[in-house]
Amino acid sequence: MSSLNLEEIRRNINRRQQINKIFAILGLLVIFVAILTLLGLILEMVIDGHSRISPDFFTSFPSRKPEKAGILAAWVGTSLVMVVTAVAAVPLGVAAAIYLEEYARKNLLADLIEINVTNLAGVPSIVYGLLALGLFVYQFNLGESILTAGLTLALLILPVVIVTTREALRAIPNNLREAAYALGASKWQMIWDHILPYSFGSILTGAIVGLSRAIGETAPIITIGALTFIAFLPDSPLREEFPYISFAWLQAPFTVMPIQMFNWVSRPNAEFHINAAAAGTVLIGMTLMMNGIAIYLRYLFRKDIKW
Amino acid sequence: MAEELSDGVIFKPKAEVKNLNFYYGSVQALKNINLTVPEKQVTALIGPSGCGKTTLLRCFNRMHDLYPGNRYEGQILLERINILAPKVDPIEVRMRISMVFQKPNPFPKSIYENVAYGLRVRGENKRSLLDGKVEEALRGAALWNEVKDRLNDLALNLSGGQQQRLCIARALVVDPEIVLFDEPTSALDPIATASIEELMSDLKDKVTILIVTHSMQQAARFSDYTAFMYLGELLEFNKTETMFAKPSHKMTEDYISGRTG
Repeated sequence: MSSLNLEEIRRNINRRQQINKIFAILGLLVIFVAILTLLGLILEMVIDGHSRISPDFFTSFPSRKPEKAGILAAWVGTSLVMVVTAVAAVPLGVAAAIYLEEYARKNLLADLIEINVTNLAGVPSIVYGLLALGLFVYQFNLGESILTAGLTLALLILPVVIVTTREALRAIPNNLREAAYALGASKWQMIWDHILPYSFGSILTGAIVGLSRAIGETAPIITIGALTFIAFLPDSPLREEFPYISFAWLQAPFTVMPIQMFNWVSRPNAEFHINAAAAGTVLIGMTLMMNGIAIYLRYLFRKDIKW
Repeated sequence: MAEELSDGVIFKPKAEVKNLNFYYGSVQALKNINLTVPEKQVTALIGPSGCGKTTLLRCFNRMHDLYPGNRYEGQILLERINILAPKVDPIEVRMRISMVFQKPNPFPKSIYENVAYGLRVRGENKRSLLDGKVEEALRGAALWNEVKDRLNDLALNLSGGQQQRLCIARALVVDPEIVLFDEPTSALDPIATASIEELMSDLKDKVTILIVTHSMQQAARFSDYTAFMYLGELLEFNKTETMFAKPSHKMTEDYISGRTG
């Protein structure tokens, strides 16, 4: 090969590598824009609100005096609503995903269900609020309670749980399914003994990602009639005497973090805006913690599994 | 009951394929297959890629039932029961006929649980019985000495050859009547291949073996009978020595001498 020819090859490679580099730089810039926006928002809120975050802030009820107001009712409400949401949405969503992925025949009905589930994920949350108001509050008489709120948010994140679970199930290699079948396993044994344990980490991650969407929802909770000013806690789920556990809290009126924030933001007194920023910081902290747990659990369950 | 080949070879049949046609949707993959599988012998299925040998093998444990659109016509008789009949549950067939796959596919569980799984699906949970059966199967697969001190280790930490022997142990633990091997050494290095071949030759005293292989040498080395398939048809079936010494079909001769395939 002559040297001229080699020169030409190098020029050609250079040209193509340059295009490659341009895209890499462009991508990096776009990511920076996204990250900086997010960091900016969070930082502004933390700077505004950090002075109010103290143990008292977590243990005080709302008050007309901004420096005495706290988020006790809100964080307890949010936590309890999340428990109901998780208990309702995760088993339902996982079961639906297993059915759709492993049992349903591929036909028109399956396609219809598929399109419906995908579309449900895009329905505005306020519409879920209206549905819940009609169904849970007026039809089933569940009241403006923690139970209603939890079930509403469960409906809201059900599509997310279904879609992520289906993806987790699909990621299990087919040769493991065949290995189980070849040993005489029934479909359910194959799912219970293999598919579910191997995809457990991913399913959990999906569930927690869904819950971290639910934790910030405001519109549907307001629609079903959550209180904005509340100075008492729901019944404790734990009891001193037998049976040690109580479900009375399910019927209790409540408020949640985003509503508490909304309430403070809409007051004219600027002092309350600082409270709102502080509550926002706590809410973001809760979300980040849930995502952190999701990442850790995924690591924990996947580290022993490779194929 | 005995079967006689054209040139006077006599053997005891284990399974009989009768007028078997198989369709993937509208594509016919097997055309009127007739084959008698001799008991406690190694029968090799050879032929060029796409000739239907794996398809035929997977008919024996109804693996095709797992996917929609597949259709069988004809029979495979296992002790006078047609295992392809719709009223026979595929699970029943798979409990009698085990399979070892092309790529080692141990479950991401412990070595012990991998082997025990075939018994567990049957509802067997008695530890003492499982312990004995697992040891017996691992000895049968020539793996016991290598893993006896780490039965609770993850199976995925074993080497490729060990994983494949684990899969063989997993297939043996349920005392199957037939073991199907689908190119069991194609993903392994020559040393691991040699140990798997040796193992399969040892197994044939206990169990009927049906193996798909791409390697002519492998078929010649340790199979007793060979079936040559071409474009979905079974062209020739005979004792391995006979087939490799004087194939009766021109196609077979071309393939085993390396002119086609």
